[in-house]
Amino acid sequence: MVMRLAALCLLTLLPTALLAQSSGSLLPADPDANLPVQRDAYPLFPDPGRPRSAIPENQGEPAEQVVAGLSDNSVSITTSFDGSEILIYGAIRREVPIPDDQLDVIVTVEAPSQPLTVWRKQRRFGIWVNTERVEVGAAPSYYAVASTAPLDQILLPGWDSRYRISLSQALRAFSGAPEVQDVTAFTEAMIRLRENDGHYRLDEAGVELAEDTLFRADIRLPANLLEGDYKTRIFLLRDGQVVDVHRAAIQVRKVGLERWLYNLAYDQPMLYGLMSLAVAVFAGWGASAAFRKLRRA
Amino acid sequence: MQIYLPIAEVSVNAFTLMGLGGLVGVMSGLFGVGGGFLITPLLFFIGIPPAIAVATGANQVVASSVSGVLAHMKRKTVDFRMGGVLLGGGLIGSGLGVFVFNILQRVGQVELVVQLCYVVFLGLIGGMMLQESLRALRRARHPTGRKRLHQHNWVHRMPFKVKFRTSGLYISVIPPLLVGVAVGVLAAIMGVGGGFIMVPAMIYLLGMPTKVVVGTSLFQITFVTAFTTLMHAINYNTVDVMLALLLIVGGVIGAQIGTTLGAKLRAEQLRILLALLVLAVCGKLALDLFLMPEDVYSIVVRGQ
Repeated sequence: MVMRLAALCLLTLLPTALLAQSSGSLLPADPDANLPVQRDAYPLFPDPGRPRSAIPENQGEPAEQVVAGLSDNSVSITTSFDGSEILIYGAIRREVPIPDDQLDVIVTVEAPSQPLTVWRKQRRFGIWVNTERVEVGAAPSYYAVASTAPLDQILLPGWDSRYRISLSQALRAFSGAPEVQDVTAFTEAMIRLRENDGHYRLDEAGVELAEDTLFRADIRLPANLLEGDYKTRIFLLRDGQVVDVHRAAIQVRKVGLERWLYNLAYDQPMLYGLMSLAVAVFAGWGASAAFRKLRRA
Repeated sequence: MQIYLPIAEVSVNAFTLMGLGGLVGVMSGLFGVGGGFLITPLLFFIGIPPAIAVATGANQVVASSVSGVLAHMKRKTVDFRMGGVLLGGGLIGSGLGVFVFNILQRVGQVELVVQLCYVVFLGLIGGMMLQESLRALRRARHPTGRKRLHQHNWVHRMPFKVKFRTSGLYISVIPPLLVGVAVGVLAAIMGVGGGFIMVPAMIYLLGMPTKVVVGTSLFQITFVTAFTTLMHAINYNTVDVMLALLLIVGGVIGAQIGTTLGAKLRAEQLRILLALLVLAVCGKLALDLFLMPEDVYSIVVRGQ
């Protein structure tokens, strides 16, 4: 309700935006407004069947804007790669004096997604067997959220579902109809498992904000990282609403020997397989010969 | 020292991997088993994705068995004719096994079937070997008359008899061929070389002398695992050469130590050790099946 009111205010202030709204190119209001709400079936997670609506950002020049930088635009995976720390820093540019209400910042880093299957074991004839599964169409292989304060205090649910900020929202749709009644238990288990191994992180004090203007966040990337473009988003919030979003990409790439082996394995699998065998045979023969020499000496 | 594996896409400790390879190498040289039945579960345990663990395990077994077979060739304890027959059967069986594996994958119960296979086969073989070797030890202590070279059973009444000179056998080719096929099927399904099944089969079913069994089994394993590695690399891109290399460095050294040790120990003692090892792995896997898992949920990444 609050959001819809806010959107109405915005629309009356900007008649041009109203025109655009009727043509359907802009969607400043609650994204759920003109879609059937299925919150009851999936209280925590986005509806599987719903297409993701494109959300226009930063329309009408927000009063406050994020200006940000990254310590690294790219992360190189070398042979000795052992995780990486990325510093995300920036400032808030504003034309107006600092408003009185609370300012908050949320930083998210999202890795490329993968399709997953979450299995649940049950006891059958005395042994534990995978019996039920939920197929997740796409889930990020790594997702980190850092903020200035606990998310439920600084972010309204409607804005969360619009930008898919929190972990439960960032998980994408399930592929196909789930076989089980209680999908939530499976997705919660997935988040729990991935939080335990450090692939999903929530740090609700991870962003430092100074003088309501300067902020910084340190994001730790784990050692077992997938290649791809890592989407970084910085949200500026007031009263639980997103005021501005800044996006940047961190490129995570294998380099050197890692790159060469990976390319060979996928582009020339026959050659790669033969090379692996040659390495094995040579090592086996070499050790045999070396030991014979040793024994004779 | 952490090292990033390009295909597995995980970072692991290099020395852990070398130690793992070394341990399995000692087994390989000592017992003539490729060690796949140990290395594959151990790789799962340190967080290598299962498909990559199976394929890379096969590659590592190639190295340790080449190293072992060369050492045995020097001592002339490889029956090439028998090895060839077993290999022929093994390649046919491997093809069949891949077919069965694909069916299981479609049903979604590969993991369970593989684990059950391990428990049943390791349990049966380990129990049989332990019983037999204990009886042999007792017999050695109370010698009663002249021992026969080997027992004559149904295996010796089949057609297509061939002389296997190194083994001192004159038997039909059908039993060794069938042993080869069976081992090939199991190798493809369980992702192992199959030595732990072949060695007992050669001793108890074919009546081969223990001295020749290890070298001959390693000879067959070398080729079957090489074939498996190539198939995995071409069809699924799941061989991680960096991971294999680290395992191999440990493995080849271990295999040499194992072969030297094997020459010093008595055959019965060797068999008891292998039986106990097989039973230990079986027990661990059975516990995993019967005990409540730490988390009833698990995540499997589907291939793109």
